[in-house]
Amino acid sequence: MARVLLRVPTSVEKGAVIEMRALIQHVMETGYRPNAEGVVQPRDIIWKFTCRYGGEVVFNATLSPAIAANPFIAFTTIATQSGLITFTWEGDNGFAQTETRHITVT
Amino acid sequence: MKVTRRVLLAAPGALLLPAPTLADRQSLAAALQEFTRGQPMREGRVRLDVSPLVENGNAVPISVAVETPMTAADHVRRIGVFNERNPQPNVIIAQFGPRAGRAYLATHIRLATSQALVAVAEMSDGSFWAQRVEVVVTLAACVEG
Repeated sequence: MARVLLRVPTSVEKGAVIEMRALIQHVMETGYRPNAEGVVQPRDIIWKFTCRYGGEVVFNATLSPAIAANPFIAFTTIATQSGLITFTWEGDNGFAQTETRHITVT
Repeated sequence: MKVTRRVLLAAPGALLLPAPTLADRQSLAAALQEFTRGQPMREGRVRLDVSPLVENGNAVPISVAVETPMTAADHVRRIGVFNERNPQPNVIIAQFGPRAGRAYLATHIRLATSQALVAVAEMSDGSFWAQRVEVVVTLAACVEG
């Protein structure tokens, strides 16, 4: 499991626009870079990031090799109801990871 | 863009850089064409924030914000970021809905060399808005070895 840093507010007022920040440990190998032996290393990137709020997709992004290693993504959403926010990363070589945070909306 | 002493000092370096080749412009144009499905793009509404002088191309913070009320009737559907001179023109394509609250996206990207970045937003009415920013990179990302 790759290490993940998430910044999600735990308790917010209903209707507030909240910013969420997600960072995951990953090399994001571009597929253009030769290693020490001069052999080009195969591409190994995360190409999909999805955020679901209470089961509904509120944000998703398609990433390319131009995204820096340890991809960081920040975006916003409206706090609608208390529930679970899930973050999913999918990538080459079957990479898949999901993290969940609970948010309380008052 | 604010002209600071740093930018002025970097300016002679920028003049020495080779102009983008035809192939670079074509791949950027083709990527933009695919994103907009051939629709015209207009300048404005999109704000692409990136430092004009980048010291390390391996992780360049960028953010894109679009002027929009983000209501069900008028919101941003997609934001795409493209570059001119990396091996591939695509950087990121994000999908939004009215539940985003604001049309805002921030990430860290790689830049192989000094080049132009273009951010394009697709609105719910089908129009496309764009901003183009020139960036000077002093230490390139090892995207091509």
